[in-house]
Parts: sequence; structure tokens; C-alpha cells
Amino acid sequence: VARARSLWFALLLALASAVTLSFLFLPVLAIFVNTDVGRLVSSLGNAESTDALRLSLETTAIAVAVIAVVGTPAAYALATRSFRGKSLVVTVVELPLVLPPAVAGIALLAAFGPNGILGPALRHAHITLVFQTAGVVVAQIFVASPFYLRMAQTAFASVDRSLLDTSRTLGSSEARTFARVAVPVARPGLTAGLALAWGRALGEFGATLMFAGSLQGITQTVPLAIYDEFASNFSAALALSAILVIVSAAVLIAVRLVAGAAALGSATR
Amino acid sequence: MRVRHTPALLIAVSLLLTACGSGKGAGTGTTTSTSGGPKPTLTVSAAASLKKAFTTYGTQFSAAATRFSFAGSDVLAAQIEQGVKPDVFASANTKLPTMLYSKGLVGKPVVFAANKLVLAVPAGSSKVKSLADVEKPGAVLVVGTSTVPVGDYTNTVLGRLTAAQRSAVLANVKDREPDVTDIVGKLTQGAADAGFLYVTDVKAAGGKLRAIELPSDLQPRVAYGVAVVKGAGHPTQAQQFVGGLLSGAGRSDLLADGFLPPP
Repeated sequence: VARARSLWFALLLALASAVTLSFLFLPVLAIFVNTDVGRLVSSLGNAESTDALRLSLETTAIAVAVIAVVGTPAAYALATRSFRGKSLVVTVVELPLVLPPAVAGIALLAAFGPNGILGPALRHAHITLVFQTAGVVVAQIFVASPFYLRMAQTAFASVDRSLLDTSRTLGSSEARTFARVAVPVARPGLTAGLALAWGRALGEFGATLMFAGSLQGITQTVPLAIYDEFASNFSAALALSAILVIVSAAVLIAVRLVAGAAALGSATR
Repeated sequence: MRVRHTPALLIAVSLLLTACGSGKGAGTGTTTSTSGGPKPTLTVSAAASLKKAFTTYGTQFSAAATRFSFAGSDVLAAQIEQGVKPDVFASANTKLPTMLYSKGLVGKPVVFAANKLVLAVPAGSSKVKSLADVEKPGAVLVVGTSTVPVGDYTNTVLGRLTAAQRSAVLANVKDREPDVTDIVGKLTQGAADAGFLYVTDVKAAGGKLRAIELPSDLQPRVAYGVAVVKGAGHPTQAQQFVGGLLSGAGRSDLLADGFLPPP
């Protein structure tokens, strides 16, 4: 009886895994079937697609650079300092992770839009974000930076405290310790975090459309072009989607490799 | 490992096949209706500009409970081309239903309403007072994408301007939105100075927007077409829904919201 029962459970596990796997994989697979490679490539030749690809690469590069420069010290502070209300701060920082894109879009408009809280101040400083490429970058940073901050905090927190202490006892300043010890040791985690943030920025749709708008070459990134071309040119939309799938898969594999190497590194240390 | 995975895959494939069998005509079944009882639920894909009028009509329509999907007509048509089967497709032009009809996806479309394109501006703004103002450098203009009817009509209007006027206006286009709802949002948020919308959108915005009429020689013919989708679940009720748009509660709701009778 026990054996029959365990067989029943094994069957259940197999079934659940099969359902999960096919449900998650089939839609991704469907992007690549029914469309031959030649047509995919040729439909990428239209100006709307190439403009979108160029814009997505440019904006995400800037967004990731800003996230790295500002986010790294911020994550270090969150990981190494303890203060009152820290858990609240961490929650606030991570909130955009779970915010629906439409909420992010409305929130950005309410904060940085022409009628938003900072609207008059931005106007005074002659800064326009809505309908500008800069607005796309702001939307991407807003939704993507929590991914990096979370990964970077974990990476910094797992840096051996004695390493930092030794560096300081040897006379290195706090800043030098951060730059020469903490960052290099935490690098695999930081890299993985940047890759995840980049993937999220690349896929950003709702907040961009609501906050930055959609104009070819200025604010129409790849996800917005996919939505636009869905109605007019389905195969071009499929081709762009295929590119995003491939890029996202590459990001995921890279993160796994880096994280795997990091795990291996800490195991041998 | 390899051997153990094979039966799992087989199960997956057989599951998928059964799922495909029962997946046909999704969204047309007799799901829970708002009014309860055994009434069927009619799914209506409608242009975003019809939102207010159709929502009112939906509550009055007695033959079925109604469920609406409002979006750009072009997106809704593309969904039907991809096999989505609402019961009724109502478009802000006649081009899209005619195209679907020629592909055999919907029944013969009928024109059920007309509308007017206007230049819409935020009610509190005085930056744009006439069409000439959107030619001035610095005006921020929002229009629809060229595939959504409102954007298509906008292109018609721009096509009737002189080349110099047209390029001046196009230089001020800072955003192309997928449907009228998004254009309304950008204007009420103060993000743009003006946008091309239907006069009904301005009316539905309840005082937040002001309409500037276009000269009659620029005004495009805006006609709304509706068609019953082939192969959907409730053709009888769908036909009744269309009938009410032509002469009945739907017609009066449309007129009340500023639509014009079909030309």
C-alpha cells in the first residue's frame, strides 16, 4: 500500500511539473513557430523596429549606468548600517518590485508630470520628462532599480565583515575600503543585479506609455513598438518579441552563470 | 533522468490537446452575468470612444448581460484576426469591419453612428485657441497612432493642409497614443497643449477638455461600423444588440453622448 501511495505521489509531482513547464514554455515557443527566420529578419528592417531597438539599447544603458552609480553606495549603506526604521526604508525601496506598471505610470505622472508635485519645480528648471527620452529613462530606473538594490544589498551583506575590518585597521579610509574591498568581493552579486535590472528596464511598458508616451525614435521603446505593431504588422511584432525573448534568456543565463560562479567562489573560500 | 522525463512530456502533450479542444470559443460562454439568472453574456469589442455610450446601453440591454472590451479599434480588429471571438465588433471607422468582413471573419458591417473630429485642449489652458496655434513652434500635440481610427482621421485632416502647415504641425507631435482614452489622459494631465479627438470624447471628459471645431473643409467623414463576429456564441443576441444601436436604446444613448445619426 505504501508503495502504491508513493507511486501516486510521484505521478502527481510529474503531472504538476509537466503542466507547469508546458504552460510556461508554450507561449514563448509559439513566438518562434509559425514564423520563418527570413521573414522575422526582414520585418526587423522597418524603421519603426530599428528605431525602437536603438532607443531601447540607449535608454536602458543610461538607466543601468545611473542605477549602478547611485544604487551601489545606497545598497552598501543599507547593507552595512543599522538605523531606526531601516526595515521601513527597505520596504519602500523594494515596493516598485511589486507595483503594477499602471500604478508606476500614474505615480510618476503625479510626481514628475506637468501637474505633479515636482511639476512646477521641473518647469522652472526647464526640465521636461513627459514625451522626452529622459522620461523613458526615469520610468526604467523607477521600475528596475529595486532589482539591483535588492541583489546588491544581499551581496554586500554577505561580504565577510573581517575583511572590511582588516582593511580599516590597515589604515584604509571607509571610502577606500568600499571601493577596493567591498565592491570587488561583492562583484558577482552586483553584476547579477545589474543584469536583472537591465532585463526589467528593457521590458518596461506600462509606466513608459503612461509617463513618457509613445513616439517613434523618441519614446517608443521595443515593448511599445510591439504593442503598436500588433495592430498593423503582426510579423514585425513577433520579430521584436523574439529578440526580447532571446535577450531576456541571455540575461537569465548570464545571471545564473555569474551567481553560480559566485556560489562556487564562496564555497572554495 | 532522460527516460523519466519522457512520460511527463507525453502527459503534457495530451493535456495540451484536451485543453485545445475545450478552449474554442473562449469568452462566449454563459458566464456569470451581472443581473444573475440564466441570461447569456454578450462580449462586445468596442472602440474606446464608445465607452460611455455603450456602458449605458449595456445596462439597458435586456436580451443578455453585456461585457465590454474597450480599446483602439485597430487592436480589437487585430485580436479578431488572431482568432479572438467577441460577439460584436464596433469600430470607430468602417475600414476595419469591412476588412474583417472581406476576410470572412465578421458579418456584413452596418454604419450605426457618426462623429466629428475636433481639436481638444485642456479646459484651463489658453495656449491653443485655433488650429493655427498648433502650427506654432513649442505647442505640444498628441495624436493617435496611424492605425487607430482617430489617428487615421487626423492624418486625413493634416493631408488637407498645405505642405508647410502640415510639417509645422507634425513637428509639434510629441506623442502617438494607441487610443482616444490615452490622448484624453495626456491632455487632462496637462502633459500636452492639444490633441485631435472626437467631439464625444470632449463631452465625456466632463468639463476637463474644450473642443475647437475644425473648418468644415478639413472635417473628415467619421462613420462608426458595427458587425456580428462569425462563429461567436450568441448570434441572436448579438444581432439584437446591433438592432438597438440602429433604432432603440443604443441609438438614444449614442445621441445623448453627442454622437450623430449615421449619414
